[in-house]
Amino acid sequence: MIEITEVPSPFCGIGTDDLTLQVEGLSVKVSENGCAINTPAFEQEITDTSARVGGKEVSLELAIAKAAELLRESNQPIIGGCATDVNGMRGVMAVADKAGAVVDNVNFPAARRNFLALQDTGWMTTTLAEIKNRCDYLLVVGVDLEGFAPRFFERYLWNKESMFLDDTGQRQIVYLGKAPSGNASTSPKGVSAKVLECADVDLPEVTAVLRALVKGRKIVADTVAGIATHELRAIAEQLKAAKYSVVTWAAGSLNFDHAELTVQMLTEMVKDINTMDTRCSGFPLGGKEGDQTANQVCGWISAFPARARFSSGFPEYDPFLYDSNVMLANGEADVLVWVQAFNTESVPPVTDLPTIVVARSGMRFAQEPDVFIPVGTPGIDHAGHAYRLDNVVAIRLKKCRDSGLPSTAEVLNAIEQAL
Amino acid sequence: MLIKLTGGTVYDPASGIDGQVTTLYVQDGKFIKPPAADVKVDKEYDLKGKVLMAGAIDMHTHIGGGKGNIARMLIPEDHRKDPVYRSDITRSGCGHAMPSTFATGYRYAEMGYTAGFEPAILPVNARQAHMEMADIPILDKGGYVMLGSDDYLLRMLTAKKDQKAINDYVAWTMNAAKAIGVKVVNPGGINAFKFNQRKLELDEQNAHYGVSPREILQVLATAVKEIGVKHPLHVHGCNLGVPGNVDTTLDTIQGIGGLPMHLTHIQFHSYGTEGDFKFSSGGAQIAEAINKNKNITADVGQILFGQTITASGDNMRQHANHGFANPNKWVCMDIECDAGCGVVPFKYRDQNFVNALQWAIGLEIFLLVDDPWRVFLTTDHPNGAPFTTYPHLIRLLMDKSFRNDMLATIHPEAQKMTTLASIDREYSLQEIAILTRAGAAKLVGLDDRGSLGEGAWADITVYTENVDREKMFEKPDYVFKDGELVVVDGKVVQTKWGTTHIVRPEWDISVEQDLQKYFERFMTMKVGNFKISDDEITEDGRGSLTTHSLNAVS
Repeated sequence: MIEITEVPSPFCGIGTDDLTLQVEGLSVKVSENGCAINTPAFEQEITDTSARVGGKEVSLELAIAKAAELLRESNQPIIGGCATDVNGMRGVMAVADKAGAVVDNVNFPAARRNFLALQDTGWMTTTLAEIKNRCDYLLVVGVDLEGFAPRFFERYLWNKESMFLDDTGQRQIVYLGKAPSGNASTSPKGVSAKVLECADVDLPEVTAVLRALVKGRKIVADTVAGIATHELRAIAEQLKAAKYSVVTWAAGSLNFDHAELTVQMLTEMVKDINTMDTRCSGFPLGGKEGDQTANQVCGWISAFPARARFSSGFPEYDPFLYDSNVMLANGEADVLVWVQAFNTESVPPVTDLPTIVVARSGMRFAQEPDVFIPVGTPGIDHAGHAYRLDNVVAIRLKKCRDSGLPSTAEVLNAIEQAL
Repeated sequence: MLIKLTGGTVYDPASGIDGQVTTLYVQDGKFIKPPAADVKVDKEYDLKGKVLMAGAIDMHTHIGGGKGNIARMLIPEDHRKDPVYRSDITRSGCGHAMPSTFATGYRYAEMGYTAGFEPAILPVNARQAHMEMADIPILDKGGYVMLGSDDYLLRMLTAKKDQKAINDYVAWTMNAAKAIGVKVVNPGGINAFKFNQRKLELDEQNAHYGVSPREILQVLATAVKEIGVKHPLHVHGCNLGVPGNVDTTLDTIQGIGGLPMHLTHIQFHSYGTEGDFKFSSGGAQIAEAINKNKNITADVGQILFGQTITASGDNMRQHANHGFANPNKWVCMDIECDAGCGVVPFKYRDQNFVNALQWAIGLEIFLLVDDPWRVFLTTDHPNGAPFTTYPHLIRLLMDKSFRNDMLATIHPEAQKMTTLASIDREYSLQEIAILTRAGAAKLVGLDDRGSLGEGAWADITVYTENVDREKMFEKPDYVFKDGELVVVDGKVVQTKWGTTHIVRPEWDISVEQDLQKYFERFMTMKVGNFKISDDEITEDGRGSLTTHSLNAVS
């Protein structure tokens, strides 16, 4: 058995890199610093080791040849999922360019809420180390932060020391919308977070009133979606009084129509506060299953986020038209490629179209795909790079065992060569 | 493979060849002595009447790193107007102001450029910078790592650590980030913005650390010199874009006390406060200061009219300028107790007084700096204009009547505020070769590039002489990269992968012990996971590292 320390995780999104793994053959145990997300993701066993075509085990070469054949015959393939490491995503882009495919990241329906706000008005944001050392006031909007990232508070808020706060335990935490599922947000001294609950669908109204209060506008109503206006006014005043406040949200948790407007309400409020003689930053939560990685790599190779089409011979971006689920429902595609190197639960959408799956070993299908190629998991079976949720830090993923499974990049590059 | 390039008119300042007809030989990617008469030439190019220069080197261009990708994400509407179609040998892409990586490589190569250097690599974002540049075909690349607003350095200064300790930290960071130079952006200002300071003068103190930009410049310029790095400290000074900043810049030049220093996009730092609009040219004063102080080099950061996007580490100044965003959207970011960034789209207009005068100020500096080895041709891509405007800029420098025709079209009040019309200088081909080849290679510290001399790598551009210099420089007949033909008639005919240029200055191992403690206490990753290993650049089989020599360290 070997022990590997300082292992970075591509699963939790917050760039945890202090895991200790015990590796024996193909078996992995997280012995230190695991969490509800990382531990099962690392410990999941390898089951499939062989590629399949039509449900029959075949050589990798044959599976690649079959995948290439399906893509050659296709007029409009879709590459969905796009959940892999940087090199895997480079492979996605190479295949998409040659095959004229649509590239659509599995988390784009959520990320779109952020991109629409970003591409309309921009934003001001910060990163994890700034939060850890500077944040004196955290406003969490519409998300159960510890459910999203179990070790967020431990690592980035209740850290023992910070460079600029005398006592990290004095940080104020306020939840607006969803209440936390546990007590990770309670300070080491036992001060629990302030929670102002409302339904998700009321967040547009609540955030609009909060921004109005920040700007000093008169609000006549006593309550907004069940929250007393004076409570919102208190938040507004605290945001302005704080030295380095942070407003965080998870686009994936804002499951209501036109949630991009709520994102924009928050990001514009953050900008407003920065004109009021103090600092404030936004902090969008994401980074799971390679979604930041997909957008970054697609970003530099195509200049667009990871919902782009290549069938015209050049990249085109449309956050609505190239929604793979909509395209499948409308009969606008004829082959589906599903790339998911992290999560076996994230299966391809059900479709009658020829389907090629390049995914983590152990994925179970309601309907066997035409081609299934099990690949190694970045950060366990092969080295690689993955982006953290704050989009600046690419973590260096380690190879922790020798499974013999090919990487996403190896498989996709071979398919591209065979096209 | 022995290649003979016959009878071209060669401009190679590095070898002292100024327009002489010379035949060159290339073997295995490098220039060699003329071989014996009986050696078989595999391929001969008849270049009689053609102009030969080394491949051009852009020593300051934002082609890799997070802020560039934010810029791409921010302006999809700008990309849609400028698609790049896939071909049998090239990948698709798009983008006018901030093109995608493959398009960046092709467009540079198609103008005769064979190397580009990213000037603002945040240590914590260095992986991204290198990964993006790894997807830029044909070009060699490299970059300057940004220091000066990182809390680690500022803590060292507050704690009065000695220069040796700072040298070790700078050298360690250069190795960790795989850099060839060191840059400082608004020294300490990005950090001060996190403490809600909105401006920082050269002698103004950071509210938390009590350290001034002048002190930061001094210790970093000293460090770069003492660890033997050839590229002088690369300085984006205080007060970018602020009317009156010419005084700050002059003070910065004086204050560095003769240490080597490169002032980047100096056009943005050359503004006075004269005239009805309280905005005037400091171009002549700046050029005079550069002429006098031989330790100073500068690239211009010329602006050219049209839509672009500005992407800078200087989020303090970018935030202050966000009101000029066109279209009206912008991003500012604080980053990892390391630095920051600000991305603001801009549309420079010739009928806007300030923009028009900015255009003239840049040209004044180009034309009034006497020594072409100490001034460099940049637009600070994409901040002043996309790099694709270089042929136009070269024509402005080489053709006085064209320049004056252009001058006559800009905002009339700006015309009155510039001496440009009275400047007769026209750059020669040899001077252009210095600015964009020999001088750039020397400044960056490249041992064997930017020259057509024996032993140098055979990066070559072949032009057809044309009095319209814009036409001449936008479409070379041939471009060779490492001796391989990559462009014919301004179109890519073959792609390959360039190398990454770095230096590896030495440091004392004890610096890492302190850094490890700092990372454990305050950072969000392990120090071991922070450092970029060689195999991260080379493991895909495309990338390579080329380590350049250092100056002897006393």
